[in-house]
Amino acid sequence: MKLVVAIIKPFKLDEVREALTALGVAGMTVTEVKGFGRQKGQTEIYRGAEYSSNMVPKLKVEVACAADLAPRVVETVQQAANTGAIGDGKIFVLDLGQAVRIRTGETDTNAL
Amino acid sequence: MFKLSRTVGAAALAALAALPAFAQEAALQAPATAPTATVDKGDTAWMMTATILVLLMILPGLALFYGGLTRAKNMLSTMTQIGAAAALAMLIWVMYGYSLAFGPDVSSAALSNVVASLDKAFLAGITAASQSATFTAGVEIPEYVFVSFQMTFAAITVALVLGSVVERMKFSATMAFAAVWLTIVYFPIAHMVWASSGLFFKAGALDFAGGTVVHINAGVSALVASLMLGKRMGYPHTPMPPHSLTLTGVGTGLLWVGWFGFNAGSALEANGSAGLAMINTFVATAAGGLAWMLVERARGHKGSALGFCSGIIAGLVAVTPAAGNSGPFGAIVLGGVASAVCFFAVSVLKPRLGYDDSLDAFGIHGVGGMVGAIGTGIVYAPALGGPGAADYDMGAKLLVQVAAVAATIVWAAIGTAVAIAVAKALTGLRVAPEVEQEGLDLGEHGERAYN
Repeated sequence: MKLVVAIIKPFKLDEVREALTALGVAGMTVTEVKGFGRQKGQTEIYRGAEYSSNMVPKLKVEVACAADLAPRVVETVQQAANTGAIGDGKIFVLDLGQAVRIRTGETDTNAL
Repeated sequence: MFKLSRTVGAAALAALAALPAFAQEAALQAPATAPTATVDKGDTAWMMTATILVLLMILPGLALFYGGLTRAKNMLSTMTQIGAAAALAMLIWVMYGYSLAFGPDVSSAALSNVVASLDKAFLAGITAASQSATFTAGVEIPEYVFVSFQMTFAAITVALVLGSVVERMKFSATMAFAAVWLTIVYFPIAHMVWASSGLFFKAGALDFAGGTVVHINAGVSALVASLMLGKRMGYPHTPMPPHSLTLTGVGTGLLWVGWFGFNAGSALEANGSAGLAMINTFVATAAGGLAWMLVERARGHKGSALGFCSGIIAGLVAVTPAAGNSGPFGAIVLGGVASAVCFFAVSVLKPRLGYDDSLDAFGIHGVGGMVGAIGTGIVYAPALGGPGAADYDMGAKLLVQVAAVAATIVWAAIGTAVAIAVAKALTGLRVAPEVEQEGLDLGEHGERAYN
């Protein structure tokens, strides 16, 4: 099993979710996060006092899937979340040791 | 608003332009004892309404305007300091403030230039039948209404001062400061500008609704208080953005609405002079709000919501002394110019000088008040659409305006230094660093604004 972690632009969430659902992904976890990469944040000005926030709001999408599905999940997210501009985000893929469905006790791919 | 602008109202009516000031002063001096003049129910109803509108400016108007500009951890502290200082001012006003400002003259002619006697302390001698003069001979309003109307001015002025010291001054210190400051700064200046025996009034200074008494006075006092108190921890390197410009926007709207009571109410009657003050309070303010955003654009920034709100306040401040002393188009120019000048005061001057006037009480009320007070001497001219008489001498009037502004600055600065020193001796003035760090809401009041 793999855990695919994608940092995406917030307004791309719906497209990513629809594309992954079409692929057969049954669930995901979404968190509001802040960070920076090449995109350097925004400047706010209040009565002339400038505050440049170097952290940009993003969404972190986590998808657990079977190992053989992972490459297509990555490809799908990469395409759905793409705008071509800096700040589109990153995708990380981690090995996943175990999964358990709390309600039934099912494990691993049966629990996904 | 009191007697100063009486000349204005009279001048507006051409036939009354030459009305001798002394006759009116005599009427104002003896308001209660032999009420032969008429009390009009329309005037009375309007003045009671105007009084409540000024209260609306304080709570919730100013409290939300200022509160939204602070950080979330100091929201309740800011609102409570404003409300409590205003409440204290109301009590002090009826105890001795009204008498010191508008009571019978003291026997010493020199002293009566700056303060009245304590003969009306605790509202001695005032009953429901007592009357106060207006700007029209033979027309009076109930004295209790006049006392209440003027009470709200004292209350909002002391609350305005606190805008420069929020987020770090002890609640107890704000109370001690308010009591001393009202006594040695506000009551004398109100007397000097608005009472017939007052120094600036006799000199002919124009101040329709309190540009000098309220705004320059509060702004300069705020600057001195913030300098004595010191900067907030981390200022200016730590970001301190406003926590809710939504609430600041709501407060701005309430202030604008309430300001009609402040300005149009200062006519003391429901008449044409009040109508002039009303339209000026619309258009000068509109010009101020837009001018600030235009200056932001010209400086290469985005036109901002806070800029719009700040410009509205700057326009309101500037039109306060001019409300009944200007034509509508003079007021538009005044509001726009004041807004642009205030922009530079808060965005350029303040960072360059490095003082921490937290909510820009000086930058907007002090600076805008000075532009308004001096500008009133210009827009009063009949050639510019103002209500001045045909032989209006602008140069001479400007000298009077500048002198009144300068004297107010000096008086307010010295008085504030004394009031802050007293507050420091009594309370320690400033909260402990830990309290400042975790916020005054928890540290001073044991509550959070948001849960």
